[in-house]
Amino acid sequence: MTTLTALRPTRSVSTAALYGLGTVSVLAALGLVRGAGSSSTALTVVVTGLAYLLLAFALVLAVEGRRAAVDRTFTNLAWGSFLLALVPLVSVIALVVKNGSRRFDANFLTHSLRGIGPRDSNGGAYHAILGTLEQVGLASLIAIPLGLLAAIYVVEHGRGWLVSAVRFVTDVMTGVPSIVAGLFVFTFWVLALGRGFSGFAASLALAILMLPTVVRTTEVVLGLVPDSLREASLALGVSRWKMVLRVVLPTAASGITTGIVLAIARVTGETAPLLLTALNFDSINSNPFKGQQAGLPSFVFAQAGQPQQAAVDRAWAGALTLLLLVLLLNLVARLIARRTRLKD
Amino acid sequence: MAKRITATDVAAYYGGFKAIDGVSLTIEPKSVTALIGPSGCGKSTFLRTLNRMHEVIPGARVEGKVLLDSEDLYGVGVDAVAVRRTIGMVFQRPNPFPTMSIYDNVAAGLKLNGIKGKQTLDEAVERSLRGANLWNEVKDRLSKPGAGLSGGQQQRLCIARAIAVEPQVLLMDEPCSALDPISTLAIEDLMTDLKDRFTIVIVTHNMQQAARVSDRTGFFSLEATGEPGRLIEIDDTSTIFSNPSEKRTEDYITGRFG
Repeated sequence: MTTLTALRPTRSVSTAALYGLGTVSVLAALGLVRGAGSSSTALTVVVTGLAYLLLAFALVLAVEGRRAAVDRTFTNLAWGSFLLALVPLVSVIALVVKNGSRRFDANFLTHSLRGIGPRDSNGGAYHAILGTLEQVGLASLIAIPLGLLAAIYVVEHGRGWLVSAVRFVTDVMTGVPSIVAGLFVFTFWVLALGRGFSGFAASLALAILMLPTVVRTTEVVLGLVPDSLREASLALGVSRWKMVLRVVLPTAASGITTGIVLAIARVTGETAPLLLTALNFDSINSNPFKGQQAGLPSFVFAQAGQPQQAAVDRAWAGALTLLLLVLLLNLVARLIARRTRLKD
Repeated sequence: MAKRITATDVAAYYGGFKAIDGVSLTIEPKSVTALIGPSGCGKSTFLRTLNRMHEVIPGARVEGKVLLDSEDLYGVGVDAVAVRRTIGMVFQRPNPFPTMSIYDNVAAGLKLNGIKGKQTLDEAVERSLRGANLWNEVKDRLSKPGAGLSGGQQQRLCIARAIAVEPQVLLMDEPCSALDPISTLAIEDLMTDLKDRFTIVIVTHNMQQAARVSDRTGFFSLEATGEPGRLIEIDDTSTIFSNPSEKRTEDYITGRFG
């Protein structure tokens, strides 16, 4: 008969033993890979991982038993997958930071490309940063209120076929390739209405891309707000719109903020629609409503297409700027979301 | 400020399903009326028809007449929002607003209805919290979140929130079913205090509770699943529990059924 004390492992593998096992795995992997005549780091890492997985299983099996060994193996697998998933993220960031920092300086941030040839080592992205901020800012001004209101309609007020219609259209819009949005604005706004290329045309295209993301995420988050809160406010004799504004939206605020930031981050890096709507420009154009305008993605695209190293360096610095911009946006949004929450 | 409710031939539907039918009763002012009955008999549904919360559910509708003194709550031109301001409600599970502090939770009904002025609100908050027997426990942490209180305190917070808008009737839908016996006792004591000022209707599954707190008790039941629930009888609580006129009431109370 098994008792509970009999089920408790009497011996356990110490952390030091696991570290030892790790060292053994590295050595074994090095020996195996070198022995096979390869010097690939990636291969060594993979073999180390597999060796550790097997050795840890064997050791824990011998000392603690089968259940603990299986548990240990799955924990290791989970950790391994986590590290594997980090590889592309970290390597992209590392590469952008490494290559981007060569030209990421005050000059880069404060000067445009006016009169700068591809061979010149100075020149910057000020005009492109300005353009991106204006284009994305205007796109947000269009898409965020529209998206929020649409989501509120769907969740709080909508009945019947119109709700399904809104859902269907947002689903379809989510799948629209960005270049199609660009083409649409190009043919409709730039050509048919004859408004010409402008930063605002780019904003329109970006807004089309943002809208479904904002609607969808807001819809999901609003759906998570418990109905009991809605009932509580209605039972206090509060009108529906005030209930939404003062109870439902604040409760969902941090989730909505995350959704909006994701939507903004997504369109900040869009290149294709910019090329069809704002074109690109070497000089500063602070008016988004008139004339072609640069944006960071189109700046990076144009510079990266040049064969000269100076231009390629500018492209990397532009990419780094874009990355930092999105990061900054994320931080700001999180701060806002935190401020709206109560402290315990 | 407490008013009498007279319901005449009330029926309530969820889409095509008739949940209650032919309910007629009078709820006396400044008293506690308990509604008891087996699960699904429509007592909560009936309670929600009294402040027009039933129609909040998509597809739900009400037939019949509910008079508050002499005013028909379902009359033409009657604003459901105004009805709910007059007839407050406390729910089964405590549901304080998670983004608001204790103070703001209590003041929510006033603030959201456009009442301003720090002094007015301060007074209302203190009066309501005292009324809900919660003031002494929370007076030093009014700015902390309401969700940080214990379940029983949260429920009393919700009661304070409901009475802050000075309703004339207070509906309570199984207000103690999620609470421990000590918190339940606190709420029951509170009901006894509150009935000096309000008309109280409470739905409860706990017959001892109905016997302890109520002046009058109504018994709801249904013939079979899928049939609408009906009011079987309503009488003084002592009569219902000692000498009910209906056999079904007696069976339910003595535990032979339901």
